[in-house]
Amino acid sequence: MKYKSQKVAYWFFALSMLLLSLQLIYGLIMGFAHAGMDGLHEWIPFNTAKAVHTNLLVVWLLSGFMGAAYYIIPEEAQIELVSVKLAYVQLISLALVGVAAIVGYHFNYWEGRKFLEIPRPLDYLVVVNVLLFMGLILVTLFKGKRRTTTALVLSMGLLFAALLYLPGMLDFDSQVTDSFFRWWVVHLWVEGVWELIMGGILSFLLIKLTGVDREVIEKWLYVIVGLTFLSGILGTGHHYYYIGVNKIWLIVGGIFSALEPLAFLAMALFAVNMYRKGEKKHPNKIALYWTIGSAIVSFIGAGLLGFAHTLPQTNIFTHGTIVTAMHGHLSFWGAYAMIVFAIISYSLPNMTGRKFYDSARGRMAFWLANVGMLGMTVAFGVAGVAQVYMERITKSMSFMETQKEIEVHFYVLIIMATIFITGITLYIIEFVKHGQPTDEALEVDSQ
Amino acid sequence: MLSKKQARAFFLGGTVVTFLIFIGLTVYSLSAAQDQSNIENLSESAIRGKYLWETNNCMGCHTIMGEGGYYAPELTKVVERRGEAYIKAALMSPVPWQPNGRKMVKYEMTEAQANDMVEFFKWIGEIDLNGFETVVSPLAKQ
Repeated sequence: MKYKSQKVAYWFFALSMLLLSLQLIYGLIMGFAHAGMDGLHEWIPFNTAKAVHTNLLVVWLLSGFMGAAYYIIPEEAQIELVSVKLAYVQLISLALVGVAAIVGYHFNYWEGRKFLEIPRPLDYLVVVNVLLFMGLILVTLFKGKRRTTTALVLSMGLLFAALLYLPGMLDFDSQVTDSFFRWWVVHLWVEGVWELIMGGILSFLLIKLTGVDREVIEKWLYVIVGLTFLSGILGTGHHYYYIGVNKIWLIVGGIFSALEPLAFLAMALFAVNMYRKGEKKHPNKIALYWTIGSAIVSFIGAGLLGFAHTLPQTNIFTHGTIVTAMHGHLSFWGAYAMIVFAIISYSLPNMTGRKFYDSARGRMAFWLANVGMLGMTVAFGVAGVAQVYMERITKSMSFMETQKEIEVHFYVLIIMATIFITGITLYIIEFVKHGQPTDEALEVDSQ
Repeated sequence: MLSKKQARAFFLGGTVVTFLIFIGLTVYSLSAAQDQSNIENLSESAIRGKYLWETNNCMGCHTIMGEGGYYAPELTKVVERRGEAYIKAALMSPVPWQPNGRKMVKYEMTEAQANDMVEFFKWIGEIDLNGFETVVSPLAKQ
């Protein structure tokens, strides 16, 4: 840690870990409901559990991205954060808005639009919160001694993410138009600007962990984010195939979303090559595991599994089935959760001064979480493909009859989720064992 | 060999060009001439139905036009599949609707609200979904 103000990142990461824990509980509730055990229905019906599960995911990842920015930007700009007090105000308000939304979902207080369930009054608070965050980051960046490509790409990703929240606040009478602009937020976040954030964090970590020249890493960062936008923006069309808009999206969405895996492939090759090329062997092996792991798993989850059902000919059968959950889980895990875990693993020893660089618990956390998530992906995949054949292709069973038949795969899902949760628990224990950040940890990292 | 300046030009140029095409396609596909949703048939009742659909987060369990929760049936063609009376009975039921063992939230809607929901489903059911309607339609079995 080179600047005292970087410590604020720790509390954003702590909030992330807390919200992630809650997210897993609601995920289990949904898994059990799919397996036929919905004993909590009266208090937490499925639609509540789902809204909480997906919104907690978004909020803990955003908290992780914000923490990453508060850690990375001062170091890249070579200046203290402009106001640590305001950063804490932003953290507390983020936590309050998140908690208010989650509590509201239990009392039928929501907008009922998938991923954007936060009710409108809270939307405005989110906007104020994000404006404060962006103000702190951008002012720090522009007051800084240098403006690196890494910092610019990260900040650009965060700024675009903030701007793209706005189309989700437009009101439409038509479900078609409503859905159309909802994807401007959801798709252009996760298959667009969030990849800029991921790329920025990945670039920072590779510079620190491999010692490869910044110019080389940042050059390839431009190529990767270029590929991301080139394919991802028009790739939005794969959400428009079957929601009541023009057939032109079948062609445009089909071609460009088929190109989307290229960006993830480039990211995986980039990370592995930089690691091989690097002469410096940073002692923080756990951070390296998560960094390289994120690049590889995101290619499998977002790239390959996305491609598996993105062509219109396939998607007409898989659209709105468990197949989507298969792709969604591994892609969010690989691309975003793992990169947040990577920056936490890298920055935590630097902020606390406790160098738990390569502990057995840290390695167990990595492997159990990844094996568990891959197992969950397989369970979702088998259930989804079975559903598609029985309900959509042969049309031999109704939706509910099909759900009964695929219940068994959710038992497997719960077993694999238990392994995954064990890994996450070990990671959180490791987080807690590091203790809190201290000024005494300044300059622990010589890079 | 690619320089950093060329890489930046690729990023900025590619982003601007694809974004402009995206905006152009958005304007084109949402223009009145390209409407596939029979927007002229979207009644006040159906709009109220959409509001009920959202404020009760029906999408948290069901799917419509393939979007939603994957936990309860796809409702794009529900009027065709179940008929109005069945839909209204489910929405107005004083006890949780529980077909095939999977429970639905007890909404206890009024008859007027249930009618609005039916109007919303009717409008959805008439949208040209580029072929997806045949996959989820019971008539496609024949």
